[in-house]
Formats: sequence, C-alpha cells, structure tokens
Amino acid sequence: MTKRNALELKAVKKNFGRAEIIRGVNLDVHEHERHVIIGPNGAGKSTLFNLISGRLKVSDGSIKLFDKNIHNMPAHKVNRMGLSRSFQVTNLFQNMTVMQNLRCSLLWSEGHKYAFWKSVMKQDRVTEHALALAEELNLSSQADTPASLLTYAEQRALEVGCTVASGAEVILLDEPTAGMSRTEANDAIQLIQRMTGKNTLVVVEHDLSVVFELADRISVLVYGEIIATGTPDEIRNNAAVQEAYLGTEVH
Amino acid sequence: MATNTAAGGASNLLRFWPWVVIPLLALILPQIFDSRHGITLLSHMGIAIIFALSYNMLLGNTGLLSFGHAVYYGLGAYVAMHVLRMVNDAGGEGLPLELIPVVGAAAGLFFGVIFGSFSVRRAGVVFAMITLGLGALVHSSSLMFSDFFGGEAGLFGNRVAAPSLFGVDYGSNTNTYYLVVAWALIAAIFIYLLRKTPLGWMANAVRDNPERAQFVGYNPTIVRFIQFALAAMFAGLAGGLFVITDEIVNDESVGQIQSGIVLLGTYIGGIGYFIGPMVGAALVTVLESSLSSYTEAWVLYFGLLFISIVMFAPMGLVGIVHTQYLTWKAGGWKGNTGIRLYMLLAGLVGIFGAICVIELSYHYFRSWDPSAPFGLMGFTVNATTALPWLVSFGIAIIGFGLMLFHGKPMLARRISATSEGGNA
Repeated sequence: MTKRNALELKAVKKNFGRAEIIRGVNLDVHEHERHVIIGPNGAGKSTLFNLISGRLKVSDGSIKLFDKNIHNMPAHKVNRMGLSRSFQVTNLFQNMTVMQNLRCSLLWSEGHKYAFWKSVMKQDRVTEHALALAEELNLSSQADTPASLLTYAEQRALEVGCTVASGAEVILLDEPTAGMSRTEANDAIQLIQRMTGKNTLVVVEHDLSVVFELADRISVLVYGEIIATGTPDEIRNNAAVQEAYLGTEVH
Repeated sequence: MATNTAAGGASNLLRFWPWVVIPLLALILPQIFDSRHGITLLSHMGIAIIFALSYNMLLGNTGLLSFGHAVYYGLGAYVAMHVLRMVNDAGGEGLPLELIPVVGAAAGLFFGVIFGSFSVRRAGVVFAMITLGLGALVHSSSLMFSDFFGGEAGLFGNRVAAPSLFGVDYGSNTNTYYLVVAWALIAAIFIYLLRKTPLGWMANAVRDNPERAQFVGYNPTIVRFIQFALAAMFAGLAGGLFVITDEIVNDESVGQIQSGIVLLGTYIGGIGYFIGPMVGAALVTVLESSLSSYTEAWVLYFGLLFISIVMFAPMGLVGIVHTQYLTWKAGGWKGNTGIRLYMLLAGLVGIFGAICVIELSYHYFRSWDPSAPFGLMGFTVNATTALPWLVSFGIAIIGFGLMLFHGKPMLARRISATSEGGNA
C-alpha cells in the first residue's frame, strides 16, 4: 500500500539567534492519517507548527505540502494551498457571532476573494455550508451568539469548525483539548474525529489518553528532534521514548 | 439570551430609521435655516459626513487609525478644482458641475492606491506614523509647488461658469446644497453596502484578528489596501464637493488640522455605528462654525468634549444613546427614570458651572484689561472680583457633586434593590 505524503519535512531547522529550537526534523505525514506529535514542554512542538503553517520562517531545510514547497510562504498562501490550523490559545473573530465566524472562514474557499460588489448574506452556498457546519458543531442554538460569549469548550469547537471550513485538506490542531475537563475532552475528540473524517490531521497533544485514542501514528519530539515515529503500540514499547518522555511524565 | 434579542431588535432599528430620518432632515433643515450662512453650514455638514463615513471605513471597520486622511480629501479637491478651472477657461464647456466630485473621487482613489500600497503593510502604530508623515509631506508640498497648489492663496474656481446636467442654476446656494445632499446620499448608500460584501466582512475580520484571517486564506495587507483605496476615493469625493460649495481650495484642506477634525468627529459620534460618524461630523461642523462666534474658548470645549468621550464613552455619542435605549428596552429604567433624569440635570448644571469658570479664565488671562466688565450668561460681571468665580465654581461643584455622589450611588442602590426584588 503506497500512500502519498501530505506533509514532508526534510532536515528542518529553526534557530532564534543562537538558540536552536528545531534541530533537523524529518517527518512524513501520510494522506488521510491522524498524526499526533507528543513531547515534553519546550520540545518545540508549537514552533514546529508555526514553521509548517507559515507563521515562522525556517532557518534551514524544506517543508512540502503535497510535493510542493511551502516553507517561508506567508500564512495565507499556505492556507490557500490546502493547510489550515488552530491555535493553542483560542483564536477566533471575537466580536463576531458563531455564524459570522463560519461565514468568514468559508468566504475564500467558496471563491469570493476580496469582492466588494456582492452581499455576503446573499451567497446561499456560504449560508448553507455555514448552517451545516454549525449543526455539526452542535452550535446551531448559539448561531447568533458572539464568539466571546461562548463557553471555552464551545469556542474550541468553533475554532475546529473554522479551521475545517477554510477547505483545507491538511489540518493542524495545536492542543485541541488543553484546559478541558475529561468529559469535555472526550466530546472534543469525538467532534474532531467527526469533523475531520476526510482530512489529514496533525495534532500536538499533551493528554496521553487522548493521544492513544486519536492517533494512527505518533511522532515523539524531544529537544527539537524527532526521536521516534510509529503506531501507538510501537511508541508505547519504544525504550528511547519511555526514557525520554513517558518515563518522566507519566508516573 | 434576552439581551441578545434586544440587541438584535435595536440594531435592526438603528439600521433602518436613519435612512428615512436623515434624508428628511436634510430636506427640512434648509427651510428652517434659510440664511446664506445656514445653507453654507448645512452644505459643509454634508461634506463632513461623507468625509467622516469614509474615515470610519478605516478606523471603525478596518481598525486603521489614520492621522492623514485629509491628504485624499485635499488632493481630490485640488484635482477637481483644476478640472473646474479648465471648464471655466473653456468658457463653461466640458464636464458638467454635477460630475466634478467624480473627478475628486478618481483623484482620491489614485492617490489612495499609490500611498496605500506601502502604508497598509502593518496596522497599528506603524500605519499611524506613516499616515502622519504622509500628511506632513503632502501639506508641505502644497506650499512648495505653487503651480499645482496655488501657494498660500490657494486656487479659485467658478461653479456657475460650468454646464449642468439638468439645467440647474448653481448660482443659488440652496441648489448647491441639494447637490451635496444627493452626493452624500449616494456615498452613504455605497459605503453602507460595502460593509455587507466579502471585503467589508473581512475588513472586520482583519481588524479583530489578522492572524486568523490569514488562516482562512486572506492576506490582511490586501484587505487593508482595498479598503484604504476605497476610503480615499470617498474622501476625494468629499473634497470635490467642497470645491463646488466654496469655490476655493487652499493648503488647509490637505492639512493636519483637517485630518484631526475628521478623526475627532468620527470618534465623538461613535466608530462602532454607521450613523456615528454622521452625527459626529455634523456636530463638529456646527461647533466649529457656530461656537467660534460665541466664545474664544471653542477649541478648548472641543478638546474637552473629545477627552470626555474617549475617557467615559468610547462608543461615542451614538453609543451613549444606544446603550441607554437598550437599558430602557430591557426595563432597566423601571422605577429609576427619575434618578436618571436627575443625574442628567445635575450633570448639565455641572457643565454649565464649568463653562462659566472657563469663560472667566479666558477673559481673565487673555483680555487686555481683565477688570473690564464682560457678559457671562446674561450677567455683566467683573472677572477680577471674587464673586463670579465663587458662584461659577460653586455651580460646577454642586452640579457634578450631586451627579457623582448623590445620584450615582442612589441609582446603584435602586438597581441592586430591584434586581434583588426580582430574584426573591
């Protein structure tokens, strides 16, 4: 079974001044897989996400999205090539309602670009799509609530919705269950699985029970290097991983 | 949820009544203020309204704080003036007067595209500083290149020596005023509709969260750029109309004061509301022309008004009215309407006292002879004696004191009492 690589990182390095944060990461993410990146605090997981999504420029190495180089492209271009992301800290259009957030996320992928000669509310496809998304996110009853008034879990759900809405095939989620209770986290994982069925998913996660439930494959990032990649079972039984990460974090 | 529906209903109301009330006012007011001065003032209001609406496309909608928006207003005016003079020189043949503002708009758009291409790369302080610099640059150029800008004297034109599309005689101030109204209405409709387009939505999105906007595929710089160029176009339109009403344009129209006034007017009215800039611009125009004939201290009052809005009512005058309206609609005035009116009255008394103090100070420090009697609120007083000072300070202190230390706690007690009663 040969799978196309959705994402391909080759010898990616990033340093801030003399501090090397990412020290030569090689990573292949297959199409349609759910790939989880774990690692101790300060390992560079968020930096890696920022490099992939175009928020930061790489110091060295290459990043390919479906065989096209995307490193050092501005974020909106990376997004148009089919990659979207959520953030560790909730990052929505806070003053807008749920529906407005969803509509804004759909405008580009529905091809409306910078149009200033047509009304947003008259674009029926955008409306239908946004309503369907709100339904899937269980936010229909809150459709006209400003994002800033939603509960934390609802905000995270909306963010997943907006990330998916932008039409990206590859989706990066940065700690989607951070700060949630057990039940909220379970709901969030189910929501993510439901919303991203067809997509390639790359997730940074701390919560190991979430990790093993969600992942097809896991990569372990320690001090800016990937020390192991494999199925959940392989990772569980990997001695180096146990020493570097599991052994110290899970008591 | 209750507040949400209230907000929805109120914003619907706010959305539609201005389209009836404001044009009606625009038609009624010239019947009341039918002096030459009154009509000119109303024309200036209309122009200021277009200018402020265009400014709010930047500040309110896109979150861009510009200190140099008069650049596009002024350059639009100069180019329109040159075209008007060409028409004059051709003996009144050529572009009809009604379309002269379009020339201003085209010029505004042209310079908006040029200056916008490098100034909108970053929002916030960087943008503000660039616009400030551009404002100073263009203003000083206007005094240097007198061939185009006419030097300090400026340029003159003659609106009567130009053809009219509809055979209207623009020798009459009133007819010119109706031309301003027509253009203001057209501009307001377009600016309003622009807010509903994908560009308008993404302008709000970029204002709230440029990073998120990138991750749904939009380049914030392009969004700001288009919005900026369009705002400059409407500013140019306002400039073109100014050429028609005043038949003169000089360096003031590209100057920093003009840029400052549109910022103040827009903010005083309320940047979060479509009609905010209209109210603000109209008010500022009136203050500028009328207050200055009553008192030397009008700039000070203007500044105090702005500071108090920034500090106490950042949503502007329209915001104050809207908030009170929402409270009233949600039943928040029940049982305390009297207290609210009492606070308003006390506040007005306080302001009256403060005005007396300011007028006394102005007379005392600025007059050749401070002991000369002068008229203060209908009384003739001597500013070197203690009595008027004591009375003025007394009124101010009593007014503000009653509002803040009697009315306000009373309102708070009443509200908490009713809400407890509601829970019980």
